[in-house]
Amino acid sequence: MAPDDAPIERSYPAFVYEVGSEKVREYARAIGEEAPVHNDRDAARAAGFRDLVAPPMFCVVYAIGALGPAIADPELGIDYAHMVHGGQEFAWEEPVCAGDTVTTTASVLDVHVKGGMGFFVFASVSTNQDGAQTVRGTWTNIVRRH
Amino acid sequence: MDLRAGDPVPELRATPDRYLPHRYAGASGDFNPIHIDPDFARSVGLPGNILHGLYGMALVARAATAAAGGDPRALRRLGVQFRGMGVPEQEITVVGSVREVDPEGGRAVLDLTASQAGTPIVRGGEAELVREAP
Repeated sequence: MAPDDAPIERSYPAFVYEVGSEKVREYARAIGEEAPVHNDRDAARAAGFRDLVAPPMFCVVYAIGALGPAIADPELGIDYAHMVHGGQEFAWEEPVCAGDTVTTTASVLDVHVKGGMGFFVFASVSTNQDGAQTVRGTWTNIVRRH
Repeated sequence: MDLRAGDPVPELRATPDRYLPHRYAGASGDFNPIHIDPDFARSVGLPGNILHGLYGMALVARAATAAAGGDPRALRRLGVQFRGMGVPEQEITVVGSVREVDPEGGRAVLDLTASQAGTPIVRGGEAELVREAP
């Protein structure tokens, strides 16, 4: 489709992610985050969290599964081989802790062409098992050769 | 959170080792071969396997959270643009400054950039911090 045809009403299946404590520790190690609240349950509880708390950017781990079907949507026709991640924004609310179940839904925010490149902007909203919003994401993917 | 407009953000330095992209791939679930397979990466015109952009953003988030005293609840918003490409085995430096602080000092906005050898890999970083959890 022509990327100028925005706005696009598309819906995708919700992605549900169960947060495990070892996954939080693994992610914290990968990004070099050594703060006790992300690695030690007692330290996290002492700081007022329900359980081991995930670093804010852990949201990519639990939210990305909702973006896959959007990026692969044949109606959008994204040329994955020429796609790069152009920009990213997250707005956090309720912290995510081990034991949480987070549900994320994605939608198409904007599609446009600029400078010969296609810009595909997606929004995601994640909520925990209590219905509290944990993060909203804005994902900008750029496809060259449009 | 004792920040004043114009203050520098404490610098964060990290050197991803040769296998960091593999560990980050496992931790994040992003196994795109451009990040973990040097041969594949070269076959599509890259100098070798490159860092995940969201790994660089995670370092920027760490620097912003550290500036707020280390409480992960303080980081309420972070927006970045990805430019250039990060590579393993080269030091990343995250620098920034405090753009504004509201009169009560409870909310601050930081500007942040992550670079390797002087070349930005994450730029336009804008972080919003609040003093206390809601």
